[in-house]
Amino acid sequence: MAIDKQTVNRIAFLSRLKIDEDKTEDTQDEFNKILNWVEQLAEVNTDNVEPLSSVNDNPLVCREDKVVEGEQADKILANAPVEEYGYFVVPKVVE
Amino acid sequence: MIIEGKTNKWEIVCGLEIHCQIISKSKIFSTASTKFGADANQNVSFVDAGMPGMLPTLNKYCVHQAVKTGLGLRAVINKYSEFSRKNYFYADMPTGYQITQFQYPIVGEGIVTIDLDDGTTKDIRIERMHIEQDAGKSIHDIDPHKTFIDLNRAGVGLMEIVTKPDFRSPEEAGAFLRKLRSILRYLETCDGNMDEGSMRCDVNVSVRPLGSDEFRTRCEMKNVNSVKFVMQAIENEARRHVEVYENGGKVEQETRQFDAVSGQTKAMRKKEFAHDYRYFPEPDLPPLILTDEYIKQVADELPELPDAKKARFVNELGLTKYDAAVICENKEVAYFFEKAAVGHDAKKVANWLMGDFFAMLKCKNLTIDESPVSAENLGKLVDLIEKNVISGKIAKDVFEIMSETGEEPEKIVEEKGWKQVTDSSAIEAIVDKVIANNADKVAAYKGGKTGLMGWFVGQVIKESQGKANPKMVNDLVVKKLS
Repeated sequence: MAIDKQTVNRIAFLSRLKIDEDKTEDTQDEFNKILNWVEQLAEVNTDNVEPLSSVNDNPLVCREDKVVEGEQADKILANAPVEEYGYFVVPKVVE
Repeated sequence: MIIEGKTNKWEIVCGLEIHCQIISKSKIFSTASTKFGADANQNVSFVDAGMPGMLPTLNKYCVHQAVKTGLGLRAVINKYSEFSRKNYFYADMPTGYQITQFQYPIVGEGIVTIDLDDGTTKDIRIERMHIEQDAGKSIHDIDPHKTFIDLNRAGVGLMEIVTKPDFRSPEEAGAFLRKLRSILRYLETCDGNMDEGSMRCDVNVSVRPLGSDEFRTRCEMKNVNSVKFVMQAIENEARRHVEVYENGGKVEQETRQFDAVSGQTKAMRKKEFAHDYRYFPEPDLPPLILTDEYIKQVADELPELPDAKKARFVNELGLTKYDAAVICENKEVAYFFEKAAVGHDAKKVANWLMGDFFAMLKCKNLTIDESPVSAENLGKLVDLIEKNVISGKIAKDVFEIMSETGEEPEKIVEEKGWKQVTDSSAIEAIVDKVIANNADKVAAYKGGKTGLMGWFVGQVIKESQGKANPKMVNDLVVKKLS
């Protein structure tokens, strides 16, 4: 699988990352190197092997339905670029 | 519903996706409270805020609620399910992804039976149901240039129920939403309030020529927030498709916005790559494994659901289908009715409940739980009529006092001296008096004006201040005038 320039720009957009025009080619090369490396897996015969969705063998640990955290708006908002009336404030996200 | 176009007859094909907030104390992956109406950002944990390094832990009770709901939808419970990340950027979702289920949902195919106005039923197939986290709330109308974000809702558990495209009319979709809400409320897994956003509906609509079984391009309307609006959105969107096709056009697959004021749908600004969510298995949560034993345990907790209750009310208590349906739609009403009906004439209790009782609640603007008239006392009132202690007419006066004071009907009847007169000699005396005082009417009656019969009965009852037993009066008047 080869990544073209258009795909690099599309992934950058979806990830909200800015890639300068002159860096696009480098990024494209890096993507392709990574993908080629992962492509090696295709050499392994995986017939009759269940797809693996987690390498974590531990069973899922659930918790009880108890309220522990909260009442800490000041801490939650500590990193907000702008805060007003206890809300995060961002540039308008609808038209 | 069939839409008559200019050149063709068209059929609606519609499916729904419903997001239902899970009733639980804490959020699905964090220990912050789910309570509605707190001050902004007070019910937020560092997990919900997307702080680096914070890990989600699954709330057991949310799983329990989802399994319970799945069983209530007569659906397959999947013993193996997985969580996935759905990636997209939006200001009210700090992590940049939603933890949801994609390929392996917790609940598979099921069935909800809906009741239609003509008395028939239809089975609507459920495609799947998965659990996921809700996003925060964006408030756009405080400032013209800013959006305000409250993360209190971020991380509250949701169940997303997806139906097959089985709806052929707006009415069917409306009946489904009402039935689903009723089931969820019986189960106590979601409070089902569309106006508060605890149940939200996405509507998918397409049309096809009547008789065809193809599926054409569909459009989606997101977050339509009442049953009425869902029905309007379906009808108007379907009519728009018919118009496009009949004018030789092509329907574009898109998300459209329903405008509650005009009732129409309009195209939203095209979102680039809107559907490129790049799902992948959630690395922070291993798969969710359930056992048969666990599922059985949840099944044993299921309450009697509205359809079963309705059938029992019809078959065992002799209610009409219509009455049973009205009473069973709302869990609180059904429980109240059962309490009132036990040991009494259930049909008469149903009549009182749906007549004077509902009218009283409406007039006083009370919920059934706040009713001044208890279920037991309503049952007793019906008993007093059945046992001829009071007439139906007097019962209305008794009921009025009950709804003011909450007193027992026997006590009111006793204190007011409203006991029905069933002593035939006492009634006979009144009948004689009325006959003696109205010789002209007697003559007219005997001359053939038999319609006066009712007038005599009325006079006797009036004379007795409403207390004479109407049937006895009737019999005596007939006897005396013949």
